[in-house]
Amino acid sequence: MIVTITGIVALYIFMLAAFTGYEIIAKVPVILHTPLMSGSNFVHGIVLVGAMVALGNATTTLEKVIGFVGVFMAAGNAAGGYVVTERMLEMFKSSGNKPKRGGH
Amino acid sequence: MDTAATSPLLGATTAQWLIQVSYLLTAFLFVMGLKRMSSPVTARSGIVWAGAGMLVATLFTFLYPGMTNYIWIITAIVTGTAVAWITGKRVAMTDMPQMIALYNGFGGGAAAAIAAVELYRQAMHRPGEESLTMVVATLAVVGGIIGAVSFSGSLIAFSKLQGLIKGAMRFSGQQFFNLALLAVTVVLGALVASGQDVSTGVVTGFFVLALLFGVMMTLPIGGADMPVVISLYNAFTGLAVAFEGFVMQNAAMIIAGTVVGSAGTLLTQLMAKAMNRSLGNVLFSGFGDTGGAAAGGPVTGSMKPIEASDVGVMMAFAQKVIVVPGYGMAVAQAQHKVWELCQLLIDRGVQVRFAIHPVAGRMPGHMNVLLAEAGVPYDLIADLDEINAEFETADVALIIGANDVVNPVARNDKSSPIYGMPILNADKAKNVVVIKRGQGAGFSGIENALFFLDNTRMLYGDGQAAANQLIQAVKSV
Repeated sequence: MIVTITGIVALYIFMLAAFTGYEIIAKVPVILHTPLMSGSNFVHGIVLVGAMVALGNATTTLEKVIGFVGVFMAAGNAAGGYVVTERMLEMFKSSGNKPKRGGH
Repeated sequence: MDTAATSPLLGATTAQWLIQVSYLLTAFLFVMGLKRMSSPVTARSGIVWAGAGMLVATLFTFLYPGMTNYIWIITAIVTGTAVAWITGKRVAMTDMPQMIALYNGFGGGAAAAIAAVELYRQAMHRPGEESLTMVVATLAVVGGIIGAVSFSGSLIAFSKLQGLIKGAMRFSGQQFFNLALLAVTVVLGALVASGQDVSTGVVTGFFVLALLFGVMMTLPIGGADMPVVISLYNAFTGLAVAFEGFVMQNAAMIIAGTVVGSAGTLLTQLMAKAMNRSLGNVLFSGFGDTGGAAAGGPVTGSMKPIEASDVGVMMAFAQKVIVVPGYGMAVAQAQHKVWELCQLLIDRGVQVRFAIHPVAGRMPGHMNVLLAEAGVPYDLIADLDEINAEFETADVALIIGANDVVNPVARNDKSSPIYGMPILNADKAKNVVVIKRGQGAGFSGIENALFFLDNTRMLYGDGQAAANQLIQAVKSV
């Protein structure tokens, strides 16, 4: 790896990212809590890239099977998280832009 | 990971740099996306930004030097995406919480799978392969246990909300059993991380026990508390992803995982607070099931019924109407009719607002999603802090499908299990109309003093049917 993330640098990243996450949520109105939980659920779908590398480096059958399941689930996390979040947020409209009557 | 050393491909360095830059861009897009999601005006574009970040990271990861099994990688991505995409498009808005639980469980499972691949590789001691340092192995183990618990726990949460598992499973000595189970899991994990000669059997045992712990920890928790648990597991998965990110030396995973881990922890606390429970209370006390704790002082007075036509007149000539919807409204699929009713009132010049309790619906904000689905503009929707002062000036508070969140005993009866829970002050309105199917007590089994007040009238009937009657009544005024 060109950039190795070790020791104190890792802790710096961890700390700063933790503060970022806290700050983002702290100001969110309650009406967006469910979509935002869903959105953050989508964001940890980034585990996909790790699972891809794990499967890409797998050699034995056992490693390959576990790696395959891992990539499958990670892709499910990312895709599912995106779709449901997008569906929910799409519905939020202000009374400014005339809402459609009666739903479906 | 020493991929560069094991595969001296031409251009490996360039590929590594491209990947790093793409991950930096991804981290930026994620943070900006989440930031935009925190306002209703920009929320829609927020998920698109984050989605773009995911796409960039995934594509550039294919450039990793030294990777094989491309066919399998692509097959897994395509099938996983297809399954989740189709189910995600089809799920009803009322079922959203359990769907989020399911996808979240997948993420935890994927993190555990990464740990498993690394730890099995370590246990096999193949010649010519560097073993993990103890720090890295420890991180893999910690991420593995958190991910596995999140996976199996989320599946149980999903099954409960979906109605596949009914009730809470408890037995005597359960907490002791769970603690012992966790202890054994941690010991096995420590053994795996220590770098001693461990067989693959120990690694397998570690993961099996971690999965079992997730199941045992979630089973005793009742359905009403599931949203808090789902949120907690969401934070768990974030943390697991961050830990495995350290193992894989992957900055995108570390940053995204940590952001979700801390944001999820805060969100979990906010939810628990809105329900007037501590997190420990949710996880270990076993309140949140239906039936059971019907305590509190006796309620005096009687429930006074009213006809829909009278309510129609009352609302049509009101200045201000506040609607308090609960999950019962969504179950009856009455939100469209309720909004139709409100539009009639608005056309007559009545000021209409929706008051949402933080735990209305099945998780904070769920009710807002359900109302948004019916077409209610978000600026007509107010949360507890915003609306509570306004009840005093409201002519009518229309309660539909809500119960405990408007029960005044939470303010004044110290013996009630819900004492201290913040409630909507619907009882302060000049007139209170409660749409309710029958005379029974609420979800928690606690009598609602609001129903017996002098200014309260009960409109009995199914939510949708009652809303229909009210629409006719207002039209004929």
